[in-house]
Amino acid sequence: MEKAIRKYWPIFVLPTLVAFSVGFIYPFVQGLYLSFCKFTTIKKVTFNGIDNYAYAIQDSGFWHSFWFTALFTVVSTVLINVIAFAIALALTNKIKGSNVYRTVFFMPNLIGGIVLGYIWQILLNCVLSLMEKPLLALNATYGFIGLIILMCWQQIGYMMIIYIAGLQSIPDDYIEAAKIDGATTGQILFRIKIPNVMPSITICTFLTITNGFKLFDQNLALTGGEPAHASEMLALNIYNTFYSRTGPQWKGYGQAKAVIFCIMVIIISMIQLRITKSREVQQ
Amino acid sequence: MKTRENLARKIVFVVLFILALAWGYPVFMILINSLKGDTFISTNSVFELPNSGSFVGLKNYTNALGSKGFAAAFGYSLIITVTSDVLILICTSMCAWYITRVKGVLSKLCYALFVFSMVVPFQMLMFTLSSTADRLDLDTPFNICIIYLGFGAGLAVFMFTGFMKSIPLEIEEAAMIDGCNPLQTFFQIVLPILKPTLISVAILETMWLWNDYLLPYLVLDRKKYMTIPILIQYFRGSYGHVEMGPMMACIMMTVLPIIILYICLQKYIIKGVIAGAVKG
Repeated sequence: MEKAIRKYWPIFVLPTLVAFSVGFIYPFVQGLYLSFCKFTTIKKVTFNGIDNYAYAIQDSGFWHSFWFTALFTVVSTVLINVIAFAIALALTNKIKGSNVYRTVFFMPNLIGGIVLGYIWQILLNCVLSLMEKPLLALNATYGFIGLIILMCWQQIGYMMIIYIAGLQSIPDDYIEAAKIDGATTGQILFRIKIPNVMPSITICTFLTITNGFKLFDQNLALTGGEPAHASEMLALNIYNTFYSRTGPQWKGYGQAKAVIFCIMVIIISMIQLRITKSREVQQ
Repeated sequence: MKTRENLARKIVFVVLFILALAWGYPVFMILINSLKGDTFISTNSVFELPNSGSFVGLKNYTNALGSKGFAAAFGYSLIITVTSDVLILICTSMCAWYITRVKGVLSKLCYALFVFSMVVPFQMLMFTLSSTADRLDLDTPFNICIIYLGFGAGLAVFMFTGFMKSIPLEIEEAAMIDGCNPLQTFFQIVLPILKPTLISVAILETMWLWNDYLLPYLVLDRKKYMTIPILIQYFRGSYGHVEMGPMMACIMMTVLPIIILYICLQKYIIKGVIAGAVKG
């Protein structure tokens, strides 16, 4: 059977592979190469070694956006997971209308980042101006809080769904047996429920970390990096280096930053893979 | 003991209820403002329900549909989402089947590259991808689906191979012995079995395609084609007076189809999310 299929590879694999080469492999390799070059368009390229990287590492704006992103990722990961888990616990506890709640909480995931950012910008700016506080675009702290609120609103529903699936897969016998043995609600939660949904916790933690780290649309739409790049996250910083500056050097700097960014994301993903694998062994 | 538990239940219920209201409120706010006249949408009145003075019925909706290129953007978004979805589903499921059934260097290499592509952030490719698309004339809504097939292949192939490993080989072997060629086997035997995964992948890809902003923004010829996210960002970013009424109507018309689709397909969407998370 394998032989018969093998002959058909031009039909089965080739279309995807061609598109994949155009859409991923070629741009990726070229991007890697261009990070060592000075260029404005693909046609005018001069090799300049590691100059771009040297600049990227010294760029204080890049580091500011890195720390902003890191802080954002930590805060949003903790908040989203704790709240999502709490809601999932409540909804698996035979609450009336839990399906309706699930529907409502999940809904924001279907709305795109740009539209979400815009909706929240209108809402938060109105609230801020009623409180006679500076608007989102004028104060980086409010911008940060706004981004956190926005991400919580968007992602809690998604993580909640995963946690509900995890909680529902715990056999009822475990919990009943613990109850008969006289375990309190707290003990059931910490000794039975949490250890048993560890796989879900790992998945959700890493999903929220990578989502936070790669965040772009919401950042662009909610604060646009204002004031003066203070609420700019890594992805937006790279984008601005590429497209909002004129001068022959910027595209190369942007590409070098993008490579560094890519390496950071790969490292996070590898840690995730390692942890997920080690858990699979334990079970 | 019983009363304490009841009290706890009531508190949980109230908290959930308040949270649900908070979750629904932003969309509700857009809805009420989309029914107000332009001059009545200001900082102070944005939280008020429309009253007899400010209520303009569906005027904003007809305005938005009549002008501003909203209808065109909606159409382009729809074309891109549908063509890319169909192309991704057919091509990647075929590719995934080949990868799982034929062991070899090609399969292994493809699989590794697909998984790798899921990790790489878009910023890494954005400049080179848009210039590649430019040179190959892939910058219209009708053939941008090829770019999407390439860029979205990773997740789709990954999910399909994950599921295909659990399909017993015997069914396909029986079909082959009965004289099916691989194409017939795939389309008549494998594809029907794949249906639940097809739906999951379709949903995950649709959620991405419909809302994607940066890729079409950089790849498409911006003067001619705008998708809905591009249009909304464009109006917001343009200096001067933005007509808030039609804008709210635009947002509402962008959000409503997805919400209606979600309510209809809820069961599948939630399954799709869980499948995607477990595999991813």
